[in-house]
Amino acid sequence: MTATVSARGLTHRFGPLDVLGGVDLEIEAGALLALAGPSGSGKSTLLEITGGLREQSGGLVEVNGSADAAGRLRGCAWMPQRDCLLPWYSALDNASLALVNQGKSRREARKSAAERFEHFGLEGFETARPDELSGGMRQRVAFIRTLLSAKPVLLLDEPLAALDAITRAELQEWLTPVLRESGATVLLVTHDVEEAIYLADRVTVLSPRPGRSIATIDGMRGSPGRRDEVVSSPAFNRKREELLGLLRSDQARGAAR
Amino acid sequence: MKARIWLPPLLLVLFLLGLWQLAASSGFLADVLGLEDFLVPAPSEIADVLWQDRDLIFDNAGTTLVEIAAGFGLALISGLAVAVAFRGSDLVRRAGYPLVVASQTIPVIVIAPVLVVWFGYGIWPKLLIISLICFFPITVNTLDGLRRVDPEAVRMMRSLDGSRMTIFRRVEVPTALPGVFTGARIAAAVAVIGAVFGEWAGSDKGLGHLILQDNAQLMTARMFASVFVLSLIAISLYALIGLLERAVVRWR
Repeated sequence: MTATVSARGLTHRFGPLDVLGGVDLEIEAGALLALAGPSGSGKSTLLEITGGLREQSGGLVEVNGSADAAGRLRGCAWMPQRDCLLPWYSALDNASLALVNQGKSRREARKSAAERFEHFGLEGFETARPDELSGGMRQRVAFIRTLLSAKPVLLLDEPLAALDAITRAELQEWLTPVLRESGATVLLVTHDVEEAIYLADRVTVLSPRPGRSIATIDGMRGSPGRRDEVVSSPAFNRKREELLGLLRSDQARGAAR
Repeated sequence: MKARIWLPPLLLVLFLLGLWQLAASSGFLADVLGLEDFLVPAPSEIADVLWQDRDLIFDNAGTTLVEIAAGFGLALISGLAVAVAFRGSDLVRRAGYPLVVASQTIPVIVIAPVLVVWFGYGIWPKLLIISLICFFPITVNTLDGLRRVDPEAVRMMRSLDGSRMTIFRRVEVPTALPGVFTGARIAAAVAVIGAVFGEWAGSDKGLGHLILQDNAQLMTARMFASVFVLSLIAISLYALIGLLERAVVRWR
């Protein structure tokens, strides 16, 4: 259930546009790495390449020892920024998509998804259509859909960016044990500095386009206590300043170029 | 609530019918046009003929209905097949699209007699003409629906072990369905025109055939009765497809 992810000298270009200019990263089995960087630094592209949804232009990416796109696709579950719930399915059927795709019967798949619905506070909304759910609920359904795929690596592309600040904080707190219990290795793209430090074991900072990995710092995943306490602690504040400093310094460099 | 929807068109139709009835039965229309009274029938006379000759009219309507159903069905099958093939391959789409457009530029009035020469007085020329007319709206609207597929949803499905076939069934088909129904509704409306053209080019039965015969014998009231039944067929088909759409596309 665990796997490692690594990238070395990863580059990518869309036609004449250099998107990634050399990314190195390393995620141990079961760890969560956050990718922080200004918009346009190729974070989403990096995620799609890692997940085998795109071929890179140069460099090496490995998921669980597989360097080819098909192998990476097998090892990763990708969760896009928009929840991408299919409007013609109920919430429960959306959540059980991966299981049905993998050949489980609809009944079995629904049963597994329904257990998660109970766990994740979605009980009673099984037959609701996606447009009847709130933003936070939709995102939780999308998380269940991704988790149920039982892939060893999860690729999360700004999963909470579309939510309001309070819901986002709630879901960050909710997500911590959920990801821990899944045992999955996680690559999380975010431009929210607090989210990166709070959720991640380590945070890698990308430069503006073409994105390069310029620094990696430790996050504070698994800090004891409630989220409110963690994010207002002095240690967290120091981390925040450090990460903001890294982002600022490089943004300045990007602007001067 | 419901009455607010169907009452206005009903009132308008009744009003226009009443106007026509008055103008025709008073002899005003015939005078203005300089015609004999029997050439300008009032709605009441048309209804009379419709009732008296109901066996003849409905017998012929049955023939036309079969032609329409078969032609429409053929167009639906071939239109969907072509749209799916175009979606599947860029090369096929680029090669075939001009032909699809060309199919719509063929003047039906010209091609109909040729088809009768080739296939005789049976159902085949009508079937081909109707499906030729219906093919274009179905194909183009289905293609349009398929183009609305969300590429991000497709990638999500690929990442969650969705095969090409699964993605087609669970993402692409539902996305395209509203377009399919739009195309089918337009096709239903024009299918009747195709049937009449087909029958005019050569036939021994059907409402178009009956209209042609009645025209030769100046039986104007029965011509109107046939036209009435024809539009009833078109409207029913259109409504049927609309009901089907509402039953199937429930997420809109």
